[in-house]
Amino acid sequence: MKRIIVIFGVILSLLIFSTPLYASANRFIVKSSFYQKDKIRIVFAAPVDRKLAEDRSNYYVYERTDPDIPLPIKDISLSKDGRVLTITFKEELNQHSPHIVVIKKIVSAGRNLGIASIMVRKSYAGFLMSILIGAMLVHNFVFTKYLGLCVFFGTTRRKATAIGMGITFTIVMVCSAMISWFLYNYVLKPLNLQFFQVVMFIGIVSLIVQAVDIILRKINPYLFKAFGIYLMLVLANCVILAVPLLIVVNGYNGIEAFVFSLGAGLGYFLALFLMSSVREKLELANVPPSYQGLSIAFITAGLFGLAFMGFSGMSIF
Amino acid sequence: MPKRYKSYSELILNGLFKENPIFRLALSMCPAVGISTTLMNGFLLGIAVLFVQVASSFTVSVLKNFIHPKIRIPTYTLVIATWVTVIDLTLSAFFPTAYKAMGIFIRLIVTFSIILMRLEVFAAREPVLPSVVDGFGMGLGFMFGMMTLGFIRELLGAGQLFGHQVLPVKPLLFFILPVAGFFCVGFMMAVFNYVEYLFKKAREKRIKG
Repeated sequence: MKRIIVIFGVILSLLIFSTPLYASANRFIVKSSFYQKDKIRIVFAAPVDRKLAEDRSNYYVYERTDPDIPLPIKDISLSKDGRVLTITFKEELNQHSPHIVVIKKIVSAGRNLGIASIMVRKSYAGFLMSILIGAMLVHNFVFTKYLGLCVFFGTTRRKATAIGMGITFTIVMVCSAMISWFLYNYVLKPLNLQFFQVVMFIGIVSLIVQAVDIILRKINPYLFKAFGIYLMLVLANCVILAVPLLIVVNGYNGIEAFVFSLGAGLGYFLALFLMSSVREKLELANVPPSYQGLSIAFITAGLFGLAFMGFSGMSIF
Repeated sequence: MPKRYKSYSELILNGLFKENPIFRLALSMCPAVGISTTLMNGFLLGIAVLFVQVASSFTVSVLKNFIHPKIRIPTYTLVIATWVTVIDLTLSAFFPTAYKAMGIFIRLIVTFSIILMRLEVFAAREPVLPSVVDGFGMGLGFMFGMMTLGFIRELLGAGQLFGHQVLPVKPLLFFILPVAGFFCVGFMMAVFNYVEYLFKKAREKRIKG
């Protein structure tokens, strides 16, 4: 017990003593955040030297992923009280990736505080939320990416079928996306077998579907009766393959992959529900004979798509 | 087992018109809506689907006696996925620009229900040669549908064909929008229905008269 306390104390004192070494000027910066589309705003603890602060060569800003490409700075301005610094860039910033701002020298009240390097990023919870909303509404898989349409038109005749399909699909989606993510990152990547991804992803989905089918049939026949018929339809759905592929393309980590697949599943559920509500009403409407059936359903989906275009370019957090 | 086809030409015509995957069976609608914006896209995706359909029909038809019926669907998907990987790597090597335009749709051929359905309905029960011919017909039908949509959308939306300016004006700019795919397919289906209705009416008239 005593030994643990001693070790803990040593680590703590090391931490306390070592922080000023690298963070003397960093602690001088109170807050840093993105501002509008092309600005970064930095708030200092006390007024800083105006001449040095507005010197462009004093700054080096880059995206964390490629440190050797400096972002061109258009303008730097310090507020009247000398505490709030706004850096304007020539191009819009990609605010989803963290940016690093290196300030080579900070002088405040005649004292040199040295170099400061700070990371500017959005809050992680907000980022996760934006992935969720993005997969659900902004890039809805049915209405803005045009995927999973065969099953979409097949199962939206009745509200009950749409709900059954939506629940089954969301569950299989999340399970298969998580397993795919794990196997891709820990099996395919170390072995350099990335070209194998399509075979593996669809193999996982079909195995999960088959396994759930067999297990559910034995364990809970009632549940199987309700959802069993949708299981095979999940296989013929483009979204189920598109989500793991997009996770790989975007390079999401585990939590982000989970949120993304959940958003995709919920978005699909939402699309099914909306469409089935309209199609139930359409049956009572007086549709021209040649438009009856799938034809009018497609045009309805097109109207939905136009409505969902309103979400495009929206970023919430 | 009774023979379900008379001749090979009938099989191909069946895929092209009678059971056209896009306009009649309404299967594989995702690419028909998503990337039928130009004639070239339709053509390339059609080629890819044709290849995958023929190759997997052949494979399944050869192996049909070795596949356990309980796990046949996963097996079919894996067969399709293998052939899709082949065409995916080939296209990305030889047609990089068009490949980029089509995005992940080439890899999504795996989940096009038309291929799985033809394997289940036809290739798993028939000998090798008819299966290959049936796959060829279905692939041609898919290509025909995609190219028709691409033709209409590119001509009306941009006044172009294969990227060359054909019309001096852009008659309906709306059609080049991605969303217009839904409307285009909807209108095409209505036209098909109307033509069918006219044929039916003419036939009834002939019988009566």
